Amino acid sequence: MSATEQIIHPAATIHPIDGLLRADRLPHILCPGCGIGTVIHGYAHAIAASGISEDKHVCVSGIGCSGRAAGYMNVDSYHSAHGRALPFALGIAVHNPELNVTVISGDGDLAAIGGNHLIHTARRNVNMNVICINNFTYGMTGGQVGPTTPIGAKGSTAPDGAVEPPFNLPYLAKATGATFVARWTILHVREFQDAMLRAMHKKGFSFIEVLSPCPTSFGRANKIGDGLHEMELYRERCRIENGATNLEDLDIDLLDESKAITVGNFVDIERKPFTG
Amino acid sequence: MAGKTVEAKVQAEQKPRVLTGNHFMLGDHACAEGALAAGLDFFGGYPITPSTEIAEHIAERLPPLGGRFVQMEDELGSMVAIIGASAAGARSFTATSGPGFSLMMESIGLAAMLEVPCVVANVMRASPSTALPTMAGQSDVLQARWGSHGDYGVIAYLPASPQECFDLTVRAFNAADKYRVPVFVLMDEVVGHMDERVIIPDAADVPIIRRKGPRHPPGEKPFLGYAPDEDLVPPMAHAGEGYKVHMTGLTHDERGYPALTPDVHDKLVNRLVDKIRLNAADIEMYEEFGTEDADTIVVSYGCTSRSARQAVNQARAEGLKCGFFRLITAWPFPETRIRELVKGGKVKRFIVPEINLGQMRREIERLTQMPVLRLNHGGGAMPVPEAILELIRS
Repeated sequence: MSATEQIIHPAATIHPIDGLLRADRLPHILCPGCGIGTVIHGYAHAIAASGISEDKHVCVSGIGCSGRAAGYMNVDSYHSAHGRALPFALGIAVHNPELNVTVISGDGDLAAIGGNHLIHTARRNVNMNVICINNFTYGMTGGQVGPTTPIGAKGSTAPDGAVEPPFNLPYLAKATGATFVARWTILHVREFQDAMLRAMHKKGFSFIEVLSPCPTSFGRANKIGDGLHEMELYRERCRIENGATNLEDLDIDLLDESKAITVGNFVDIERKPFTG
Repeated sequence: MAGKTVEAKVQAEQKPRVLTGNHFMLGDHACAEGALAAGLDFFGGYPITPSTEIAEHIAERLPPLGGRFVQMEDELGSMVAIIGASAAGARSFTATSGPGFSLMMESIGLAAMLEVPCVVANVMRASPSTALPTMAGQSDVLQARWGSHGDYGVIAYLPASPQECFDLTVRAFNAADKYRVPVFVLMDEVVGHMDERVIIPDAADVPIIRRKGPRHPPGEKPFLGYAPDEDLVPPMAHAGEGYKVHMTGLTHDERGYPALTPDVHDKLVNRLVDKIRLNAADIEMYEEFGTEDADTIVVSYGCTSRSARQAVNQARAEGLKCGFFRLITAWPFPETRIRELVKGGKVKRFIVPEINLGQMRREIERLTQMPVLRLNHGGGAMPVPEAILELIRS
């Protein structure tokens, strides 16, 4: 037995979600303090708990840091084009309804360049789960403002602060027809996993916004600090309100310390899923 | 009672997948029937003149056959949806025209990079921009080859009749699967909106070639979806089959994993181009007559070839040494045959009539280094036989 073989104790290689990650692709590209890994972790745990064969789970991503998520999942996984994860996922889900299709992508990918696909995929009620990792910025390209950036927040394309009102994504998803809508943060690991499980078993369009720190491209420029500091912000200001009906009032203003951030499972309704 | 009548009517109208028989059929409908006969599973499209009849026909015909029709929110979505469906194993298809084709370009590059088979019919109209939506053009033949950013290979057919709309659409599906590429059926408004005889063979006589699949059971070893065989085409596994496929538009290795190095990239894009270039003899199609003794050869395609055929026949009846050469594949361009014709030493000049300002003329000039007479219309009208004949006589 070689020295290397001795070092790796069998028990150390077995983790409940080891088989669901492409270990041969590690280390990952994500920065210290980034929340995307926590979302991948939660998704993997939900797959493991879903009771659905991992061969029937499919992960589709767009482009950006969050778009890299599909590449780390050891299920059939597709890293599509910028903004196009949803129609890619639609093609898969409609052609083979036995598959449990999950889109993991970012706020810029899903709500800006892919915004038209978002509202129409929700309107159709295509049976899929969408995890929108919202870090309020374009992280991979270095911190430009986007459709979720709070007014006043600084980005490299808005050095004096963002001037456009941001999207309230759960409100948008509900208004356009999503049958399951939730908002959590990467601090709410178990709540997110539970929401993900519900989405997997929901026949229809599920949308889960997950707030996530981007210390490199957003936190630093906006004096939030590192990933842990943003987690602290979530802990102090998040208020869980499952079943909240006033989604139009639940904007996020990350920079206003007096404003609560409402999280929870907001919408869970039945509507005929789209079959094509 | 009323319900029963409706049900009986629906039953009676249930048509088979392959509409075997002699038909008087619209070119657009013949294209749709070709897709159905080839085993179409999924159509995602957006209405646009003059291709809309393809989508309408498939909307009526495909769902009763168990396939899926989705009217997408735009052509960006249409193109990506057919890539997704194909990644899950579908024979997938969309139909569009110039402006829609432009919107699809981004994801045509995605299909080329992921090597996901799919078929796009583009019924060409007068362009650029919105231009003359109801009138003919041949404006997109170069866009079909070069429209998305970067180097990649594609296959494109140029039907000149409703019969060819059927035949070449079947062929397009087979070529897409055989070479794992996006394939285009470049119709034009005249051919798409023309009614002519279309003979559809027995279902058993429709040739079907399916993509290569994995050669080992899932889980036995990692599936290498980008390790090519000798023909430079890798096998393909689908979502749900257990192979843990990964596909990315990033530069990737044989496993499909991102591998962001210049060496891997150079090798990959060369293969994407070479798998079509080196298999060109298997793919390319053309028709010719009178070229053996010709000093003048008219090169044409699509609706324009119908004028050219009449002009060349007339010229030969007058004793002029004129040949007819029709492109049936735009891409790969039949370069070898064109070079052979020049090597014969008899040809002195070419004439290329087109409904654009000389897109394929550029190819002929490049390959032959000979005088190429132009006969172009910017869009909306076909070069007439008399005009071509006049040039032949000149």
